[in-house]
Amino acid sequence: MKTVRYGMIGEKVGMTRVFDQSGLAVPVTVIKCGPCYVVQKRSKEKEGYQALQLGYGEIKERKINKPRLGHLKKAGVPALRFLAEFRWDRLEEYQVGQVLKVDGFQVGDRVDVTGTSKGKGFQGVVRRYGYGGGPKTHGSMFYREPGSIGATDPERVFKGKGLPGGMGGETVTVKNLEVVAVHPERDLLLVKGALPGPAGSKVLVRKRAS
Amino acid sequence: MDKARVLRSIEGAFLREDLPEVVPGDLVRVYFKVIEGEKERVQVFEGLVIAVKNSGVNKSFTVRKVSFGVGIERTFPFHSPRIERIEILRRGKVRRAKLYYLREKSAKESRIEEKRES
Repeated sequence: MKTVRYGMIGEKVGMTRVFDQSGLAVPVTVIKCGPCYVVQKRSKEKEGYQALQLGYGEIKERKINKPRLGHLKKAGVPALRFLAEFRWDRLEEYQVGQVLKVDGFQVGDRVDVTGTSKGKGFQGVVRRYGYGGGPKTHGSMFYREPGSIGATDPERVFKGKGLPGGMGGETVTVKNLEVVAVHPERDLLLVKGALPGPAGSKVLVRKRAS
Repeated sequence: MDKARVLRSIEGAFLREDLPEVVPGDLVRVYFKVIEGEKERVQVFEGLVIAVKNSGVNKSFTVRKVSFGVGIERTFPFHSPRIERIEILRRGKVRRAKLYYLREKSAKESRIEEKRES
């Protein structure tokens, strides 16, 4: 897994459109990003890899369980809703309890954003895999079926054969998005393009090292 | 956090409040900045507003004119910083929001009566 130069936990706010310097309209997603707290450091010596555990989203103390609360108390941070780990590049520059803000990102940076896609439920093969389906008319009686699922000779269905099932609700990472604007005073980050998941869902924003 | 309000506040910075209101039926002259290589110049497009779509930063309007017998339509994002200014030459009296029926009309039929302030 690649280490990051900077990373944060945020919340997808929604999409809109802004104009750049040359007057072109740019589609952007607004992310409420941070403030994030450094909750724990993971080191090469102890855990075998270096990473920062970050937390985001202040909530009431009674909303989280006691083991989690104790873990946060140890770091000296408030009760937080989300925790996530980021493989971090320069670990020594950060201390436990430190607050990370969006100003760690700059306009023009490229970031990877991870989120959970919208759940689509149990879907057929046409929607899930884009199968063509059959003709709707002329007495076809073969509408949105998967059709043949294999030859008779192997006497089995090959692994990976597309069949109906659950769709969406997966972890999706959108890579190499451009940071269009940063509003540190309001903890907002604007990235070009779309993100997975509904508005209000948790996203992880990573700035790649080198 | 009110998500819609956050979005509106982001959009607010880009809204053009200096431009006049544009309504279907208006005869307008749009001064649009075009970038050709290194140079920037202003292009004028004059015609009839046949549609206004969306609202907020996404608002756009379509201007139609007939040039050498060929109908030309151009859609501008209303809040684009590339629009230098908009001149309203005439306000037309129309009874629908989208004047797409003008595409099928001849120049003579597509005359629109001027709106009378009463």
